[in-house]
Amino acid sequence: MQINQEKVAEPTQYKSEVRNLNFYYGEFNALKNIDMVLHEKKITALIGPSGCGKSTFLRCFNRMHDLYPGNRYEGEIILHPDDVNILASNVDPIEVRMRISMVFQKPNPFPKSIYENVAYGLRVRGIRQRAILDERVEVALRNSALWDEVKDRQHDLAFNLSGGQQQRLCIARALATDPEILLFDEPTSALDPIATASIEELITDLKSKVTILIVTHNMQQAARVSDYTAYMYLGELIEFNVTDTIFIKPKNKQTEDYITGRFG
Amino acid sequence: MAEESHNKIAHAGKLGYSFRRNLHERFIEALLFLSAALSVAIMLAIIVMLVKESIVFFQHVSIWEFLTDTQWTPLFDDAHYGILPLIAGTIVSSFIALLVALPLGTIIAIYLSEFAPFTVREIAKPFLELLGGIPTVVYGYFALLFVTPLLQMIFPELPGFSLLSAGLVMGIMIIPYVSSMTEDAMRAVPMNLREGSYAMGATRFQTAIRVVMPAAFSGIAAAYILGISRAVGETMVVAIAAGMQPNLTWNPMEPAATITAYIVQVSLGDLPHGSIGYQTIFAAGLTLLILTLVFNIIGHVLRKRYREIY
Amino acid sequence: MKSVNNLEEIRKIIGRHKRWDLIFMIAGIFALMIAVLTFMALFAHMLIDGMPRLSWDFFTSFPSRRPESAGILSAWVGTTLVMLVTAVSAVPLGIGSGIYLEEYAPKNLITEIIEINVTNLAGVPSIIYGLLALGLFVYQLGFGQSVLAAGLALALLILPVVIVATREAIRSIPVTIREGAYALGATKWQTVSDHLLPYSSAGILTGIIIGLARAIGETAPIITIGALTFIAFLPPSPVKNEFPYVSFEWLTAPFTVMPIQMFNWVSRPEEAFQLNAAAAGLVLVVMTLAMNGLAIYLRYRMRKNIKW
Repeated sequence: MQINQEKVAEPTQYKSEVRNLNFYYGEFNALKNIDMVLHEKKITALIGPSGCGKSTFLRCFNRMHDLYPGNRYEGEIILHPDDVNILASNVDPIEVRMRISMVFQKPNPFPKSIYENVAYGLRVRGIRQRAILDERVEVALRNSALWDEVKDRQHDLAFNLSGGQQQRLCIARALATDPEILLFDEPTSALDPIATASIEELITDLKSKVTILIVTHNMQQAARVSDYTAYMYLGELIEFNVTDTIFIKPKNKQTEDYITGRFG
Repeated sequence: MAEESHNKIAHAGKLGYSFRRNLHERFIEALLFLSAALSVAIMLAIIVMLVKESIVFFQHVSIWEFLTDTQWTPLFDDAHYGILPLIAGTIVSSFIALLVALPLGTIIAIYLSEFAPFTVREIAKPFLELLGGIPTVVYGYFALLFVTPLLQMIFPELPGFSLLSAGLVMGIMIIPYVSSMTEDAMRAVPMNLREGSYAMGATRFQTAIRVVMPAAFSGIAAAYILGISRAVGETMVVAIAAGMQPNLTWNPMEPAATITAYIVQVSLGDLPHGSIGYQTIFAAGLTLLILTLVFNIIGHVLRKRYREIY
Repeated sequence: MKSVNNLEEIRKIIGRHKRWDLIFMIAGIFALMIAVLTFMALFAHMLIDGMPRLSWDFFTSFPSRRPESAGILSAWVGTTLVMLVTAVSAVPLGIGSGIYLEEYAPKNLITEIIEINVTNLAGVPSIIYGLLALGLFVYQLGFGQSVLAAGLALALLILPVVIVATREAIRSIPVTIREGAYALGATKWQTVSDHLLPYSSAGILTGIIIGLARAIGETAPIITIGALTFIAFLPPSPVKNEFPYVSFEWLTAPFTVMPIQMFNWVSRPEEAFQLNAAAAGLVLVVMTLAMNGLAIYLRYRMRKNIKW
């Protein structure tokens, strides 16, 4: 695997490096020898057919797989700037999740008020001062373009929001704690086209603040929002490059077949 | 040959409703409907029976006296018909039982649903179920002959019959009931909500308390209310271990009768059908039925609500 | 805005929160232990007191004024007969109601009333069923304080258990099975009797066993119908030497059952009788545990074998 960096306007730093990552669900080898990088304050998209392991890969970054017995990681995901391997067994997954936030496929607001949903990550850190909470909730809601819609009803139940608003709330929840990386697992697959457009716009805007890794089943979405794209197939990383290169002149035949719809 | 008979089957009837087949089906449906409707008949029979005998009772005793008199001595020459002592006994014993069953049942439910490894859960759940299947008369025996002597070591002044001992054992008896319903409610909370919490860096405890329990709130409330109803209607433990003498007291260290224990006490005696003593147990039963029905209806409404959410 | 991501501080906070995880783990195990220990104390206490009384004679003797020669013959025979009545009446009615509610019932007010009613019946205290049986079976219908009255009272009590188990078992059969049967021209009842009932039989059986295990231990309703507690004879035999060889006289005979016998002995002040109570309790607990255990095992096997 060669990491290609042509056509990048400004030189960027790596926020994270994946080295020879293997992942097993019990005996099943779901990710095979993956090497990749995440560029700081850029959007990287993971594409590939269903079951190719892209969500599995994404969930390695915040150690979600630790929640279920029988899962095993091999290899390294190095998080810069402190160069720590977040998969190491002596690293606490809770600490990893505090630094790397995640937004899920289906909006999953908690059965609490809008305010408490956004404040959740702060409360989990034991922050109780009202002033800090208020300020951070407002900033997060503004950053997720939800503030104007909900500022007068922050104490309503989050379930009363529309699907697109719920997903933006989940983004606000993830942003409120200043994560270093934000993971998106097919964030628009449960939404209608209009809500999808607003989420995509939001993700593009967030690039200036945080490094983003997004899994998508929608190639147009990857082309629209991402700076880098990785194509995965059957647990392997087939090609990783600047998004334009992947979509215009992919080097790998498999990638080209997938991109042009001749897959399978 | 084979082909011929095959053809016969295929063209045996015309394409139309078969009168016989239709009648047969209707008959079976009617039969099944009747058996389902029987449950309504049972409920009506319960209500009619209790109300009918209670009406006769209330012709002798005014409702005012029934609700306000502080003595319940229907079998004495100087008869008093105040339900209060029985209600007090029921409240005290149920309160002690719930003091044991609700916290312990909830902790067990949270532990099994959110913390316990798979194997612990697979062993603990059937075990609790078995515990819930032990006959109540056995728990009564246990309260009278094991728990009371044990408590008397701590409180030497505790009498042989007490609401405390009966309540404690009743509480342990209800634990499986509360914990299994609470756990069901928590398990019904979808996994993606838990993942959302864990993804924010929450611990198991934080996820359980701050996300899963609020999400399962109505289900847990239903479990509690059905637990209360169970405690109020429980009979044998209190009849055996709390004594059967009506006694208007709020002190758990005293013997007293509950509504259910009183019915047992009268039934053990030899009361003639139609006497006022016979009618008192129906009046007491009606009071009990109303109490438990109210709790049950609230509980089922709450349960239905959490089933609708997820 | 001050950062909330000071690593040092995060680690300290995580450490603190993890301590709560640990404390709660211990609390959970402790709460479970209370249940386990109570059960062990209960069982051990009965075993120590009751074991010496458990002999062949205990099962073949009638109750007696002399505790050392008293036994549970009339009690276990009575329990068997009462359970027979209960099963024969509750099982067909329960299964029939379950099938109706799950497969036939239209969505209307009557169905809703029946459904609400079944859940309410399940929550009615058992002693209330005793009052119903006392008023209706014992006096109104004139069954007296008999096996029949007791069996029917317990049948009403476990009816909701059988109904709910039947419904759940039938509901778990996928709709494709029904469609397959209808597509071959089966009528509704043929679909039910040829497919749904056989495929859900294990689930229904589990429910019946759990219901009967509950009925075996029920004391309050039997006391309420005024069943005598001192019965030193057996009901007439159901089998006769001359034509028609069967007799239903036993249905109207007075009787006693296991939990009543135990209650009777518990409430005696003499310690010797309490030892008898322990022995009777032991038999009762082993019976209910075995039945519930069988039900749990059946359900476990069902879950393992059937994957729709």
